[in-house]
Amino acid sequence: MKRLHFPLENKEILQELEAGELVWISGVLLAARDQTHRKLLSLLEEEAPLPVDFKGHCLYYVGPSPAPPGKIIGAAGPTTAYRMDAYTPKMLELGVVATMGKGKRGEKVREALRRYGAVYLATFGGAGAYLARCIKVCTVVAFAELGPEALFSLQVEDFPAVVINDTQGRDYYQEAQSYWERELKICKS
Amino acid sequence: MPWGLFGADFLCYPKDMRTLSQEQISQVVAQGVIEACRYLPLEVEKALREALEKEPSPLGREVLKILLQNASLARKEGLPLCQDTGIAVIFVEFGEDLKVSSLEESLNEGVKRGYQKGFLRKSVADVITRKNTGTNTPAVIHVKIVPGDKLHLTLLPKGCGSENMSRLAMLPPSSGIEGIKEFVLHTVKEAGPNPCPPITVGVGLGGSFEKAALLAKEALCRPLGQPSPQPQIAQLERELLEEINKLGIGPLGFGGHTTALAVHIETYPTHIASLPVAVNIQCHAYRIKRVVL
Repeated sequence: MKRLHFPLENKEILQELEAGELVWISGVLLAARDQTHRKLLSLLEEEAPLPVDFKGHCLYYVGPSPAPPGKIIGAAGPTTAYRMDAYTPKMLELGVVATMGKGKRGEKVREALRRYGAVYLATFGGAGAYLARCIKVCTVVAFAELGPEALFSLQVEDFPAVVINDTQGRDYYQEAQSYWERELKICKS
Repeated sequence: MPWGLFGADFLCYPKDMRTLSQEQISQVVAQGVIEACRYLPLEVEKALREALEKEPSPLGREVLKILLQNASLARKEGLPLCQDTGIAVIFVEFGEDLKVSSLEESLNEGVKRGYQKGFLRKSVADVITRKNTGTNTPAVIHVKIVPGDKLHLTLLPKGCGSENMSRLAMLPPSSGIEGIKEFVLHTVKEAGPNPCPPITVGVGLGGSFEKAALLAKEALCRPLGQPSPQPQIAQLERELLEEINKLGIGPLGFGGHTTALAVHIETYPTHIASLPVAVNIQCHAYRIKRVVL
């Protein structure tokens, strides 16, 4: 089981990751979803400064529920990643080295990940209360007016994820589904 | 407008007609949405445990264990199971001998209060500007008039990871049972990991375009795994479940046997030229709360 610490000093370590591997993440995750991506891209179009340097960072697609009193954050599981597909190549260009969410990515994103030597990770969808325990600090970096869609910085410890798209262009969802489809056929016959 | 002359007060209800206040309704809805978002129904937890015993994939078993831990953590810590606490879908069975004023307003007030008080995420936005309404309202409300003087509410906070993977087809009647199966399987396979399996598949067959969609969602209101009372439909549910669980998608799409926990089908007669099939997918965080007033 590999450990990753974001932001990464050197993205060479990503080359060692293989589709299907479980990884544990520590350090900082930048949490962003639909509206934050839209805002970032319009800032870029206007040639306005971005609120943060994305170099070496992992983007976590999440819109947490509000923190009840005494809690750091509410439930904080991943949202479906394909909705961010349109923005991902641009984010990789800005220096993002990993993205994390749940669900399949489109062909253009997979190709961009290969090109930039970046990875896509999936964490445990619908396990919002479980994943919240791995988040130690939550701060709003920008776009507070977007509520759950703001850009957050999350300090995490031992945050679990599975490598879906590695730097070699493999896709674990596809591989796992066809492997188990075959296995289940053999079991029945 | 001659009817305007009389106004609602003029309408005479029998003196003993049962009445419910707006406050009574709002209170149970507020409490109901909080409970639905925090407490996984016991029947779902049981189904996940049973799936864990049968799941051959090691990563699939790991996922199921985490989902069970998530359910107990949410219960213990008062957190929602999932940060997507959904759009509030409410099925109302309204007893015709019951008097209620401003039903829609009372339901929405309950949703607004519950999402605020329970620290649930407000996820409802204007469809074009995408500006959040800030209250998680309006709820999506379906009302059916039924005999009696009770108000049955089924609260179904519906996450959109699974809602977005739902589909509807207007098949030619010649497609028959095979066509229905093919469409359901295709929808589940295309959805793959996106709707957070193990899923429950609600299927609506028949009626018209919108009726099929509504039937598919009504199918999700049935207690998990309870078969259709129609033997032929119950048979179709079993066959589809078996075939879905051969697709290999598995828990959270990481591969394995447990792609679905159940298939629920609701039917309605349809036009001689039509075969509407709607597939509404429910994620593993099956949030539902039934209350009777």
